[in-house]
Amino acid sequence: MNSYYEFKPINVGRWLIWSLFALLLGVVPWLFNSSFSITILSQMGIAIIACLSYNMLLGQGGMLSFGHAVYTGLGAYLAIHALNSITDGSLPIPVSAVPLTGGLAGMFFAILFGYVTTRKAGTTFAMITLGLGELVFAMSLMIPEFFGGEGGVSGNRVTGAPFLGITYGPPIQVYYLTAVYTFLAVAAMFAFTRTPLGRMLNAVRDNPERVEFVGYNTQRIRYTAFVIAGFFAGISGGLGALNFEIVTAEVVGAARSGVYLLFTFLGGATFFFGPIIGAVLMVLAFVLFSELTKAWLLYLGLIFLFMVMYAPGGVASLIMMNLRLAMYGFLRRLWVSYLALGLTALVVLVGAGAMIEMVYHLQLSASLGSELKFFWVTLNAKGLNSWFGSAFVMLTGLGLFEVCRRQFVLDWSEIQENIEKEIKRREAL
Amino acid sequence: MSAPSLPQARFALELKDLRKSFGKTEIIRGISLAVPKGERVGIIGPNGAGKSTLFNLISGRFEPSSGEVLLDGQRLNGKKPFEINRLGLSRSFQVTNIFPKLSVFENLRCGVLWSLGYKYTFFRFLADLKDANERTDELMEMVRLDKKRDILAMNLTYAEQRALEIGITIAGGAGVILLDEPTAGMSKSETGRFIKLIKDVTVGKTLLTVEHDMGVVFGLADKIAVVVYGELLAYDTPEAVRANAQVQEAYLGSAVAELQSEGH
Repeated sequence: MNSYYEFKPINVGRWLIWSLFALLLGVVPWLFNSSFSITILSQMGIAIIACLSYNMLLGQGGMLSFGHAVYTGLGAYLAIHALNSITDGSLPIPVSAVPLTGGLAGMFFAILFGYVTTRKAGTTFAMITLGLGELVFAMSLMIPEFFGGEGGVSGNRVTGAPFLGITYGPPIQVYYLTAVYTFLAVAAMFAFTRTPLGRMLNAVRDNPERVEFVGYNTQRIRYTAFVIAGFFAGISGGLGALNFEIVTAEVVGAARSGVYLLFTFLGGATFFFGPIIGAVLMVLAFVLFSELTKAWLLYLGLIFLFMVMYAPGGVASLIMMNLRLAMYGFLRRLWVSYLALGLTALVVLVGAGAMIEMVYHLQLSASLGSELKFFWVTLNAKGLNSWFGSAFVMLTGLGLFEVCRRQFVLDWSEIQENIEKEIKRREAL
Repeated sequence: MSAPSLPQARFALELKDLRKSFGKTEIIRGISLAVPKGERVGIIGPNGAGKSTLFNLISGRFEPSSGEVLLDGQRLNGKKPFEINRLGLSRSFQVTNIFPKLSVFENLRCGVLWSLGYKYTFFRFLADLKDANERTDELMEMVRLDKKRDILAMNLTYAEQRALEIGITIAGGAGVILLDEPTAGMSKSETGRFIKLIKDVTVGKTLLTVEHDMGVVFGLADKIAVVVYGELLAYDTPEAVRANAQVQEAYLGSAVAELQSEGH
């Protein structure tokens, strides 16, 4: 028996998990087969690579970057230029390799900028990335030859000689290209966490000073990891360029960097798979949630706030915590609590949502009159009844939620104690 | 690990008129000390005498204001901590300094990797590095943490964390080991066991240890160096140091005073 297994609890079925992942990537466009949903799926793959590469810095290296979009964005620009060069015949590479040119560009700029950025850790690092992000964004407006000015740079992915009939005309072909890149990139980034450099990167995150005293140069560790992260970020950007066939300056902007940070955190930076969840949520939020309501950014902000306060490990840590409960057979005792928490939270959300929608309605669509539809109810944004009703629903919900939450906290700590006891008992055996 | 095959220096560690000032205050005031290979030196002195500063100068955490530090005859001045570590000097810290979110095994393996030449490798799996993993297992047994293999370092007891700290320090196989108050904050019985552990794991190595507990230091060291106000007051066998009138006055006197003040 191999005694050198890693310390993560789930590892027995690693082959199984990876096969399932590949299978999922292959099958999912048949389940959601409209061309709209296939575009969404492609975007998810792209976001997964971007968030995982970002988490190489944030979760694994403790580097809070505010400028990750620089590397995805410049990767996207180089990729679209590469695509155009293929079209005019000056670059003899297949279209399938275009994301790789994005990756190389991301890596190149990470080598260039990272040398300055990674000399320092902590707040200084964060500030430099912020500054560099602004710098590159400002450049994008100053050098229209490369960045295409306001209109951006567009390209046409149906170009060059088709390989085995693959023209990348239909979105499904782009999806499968994205899926292959996603699978390889995720596998490579996971493998990275199992290498000496990957582990020393964790050590640098935990305690850079100690690392210096076991023979490692912390700057070099951060720099190398930064360059590798830049490579994968660039691949993501390149895929984005192929997918949208247009790249505009916003891809290098601070807002995009902020989105990577937000959703990586939301998904969970402490577990490898956290950013994958974050990336899926990100695309859903941007594509679907934004259609649903104008106030979606506000809701997003509230969710983020809530997560930072109550579940700083993100969705991934919530999953892992409950998996732990399930492993010790305590999950059954909590499902009633979860149901109660969920329902009361929903009540709060409905009440608060009604008020938020009314405010937005008054501010943005006042010309349409004061009435608006909220689910199945017609609200009057200027009527006392609607406001009173919404406030009543929200406050009732809050009260009930608090009652459930207190009960839940008691149950939770009792179960944690029981688990500790159980662990001690098993150790003693 | 790989000792240079140059003409062997007589001393493992040599300090020549070492000085360090912070602003106008001179903390280390001309310390010269030569430690032969394989010797265990206990460094004692009252609080604020400059013992920890001395360690920081030797290990490259601070740059000396003047004077020299030689490791196996090689000048260390101006070298970074990681460069000094690669030359075969390793240290522990007074305040526990480990990797809190990594397991015991991972902590120790981080200490091992460089010495086995894995450097910044990212194209080999840790799980396949047989020599590193075996060495780590060995270390884990040496510091008696083999039962805690997969526990995160932050969840260990204080004494276990101190043991882990020693483990990381010796992991790279450095020939010269500096331990800064390894038993600080431990109970009497823990201290006894811990001293035995330190003795066991540093067999054949040159050891410098700062200690507050006089009993401990006299039991552990071949030689005692007494540092008072940044100067080396004595450097001799424990018996001779104990009999030294100057030391009694400067250090033991103040230690007694300290004990008395603590008693109140």
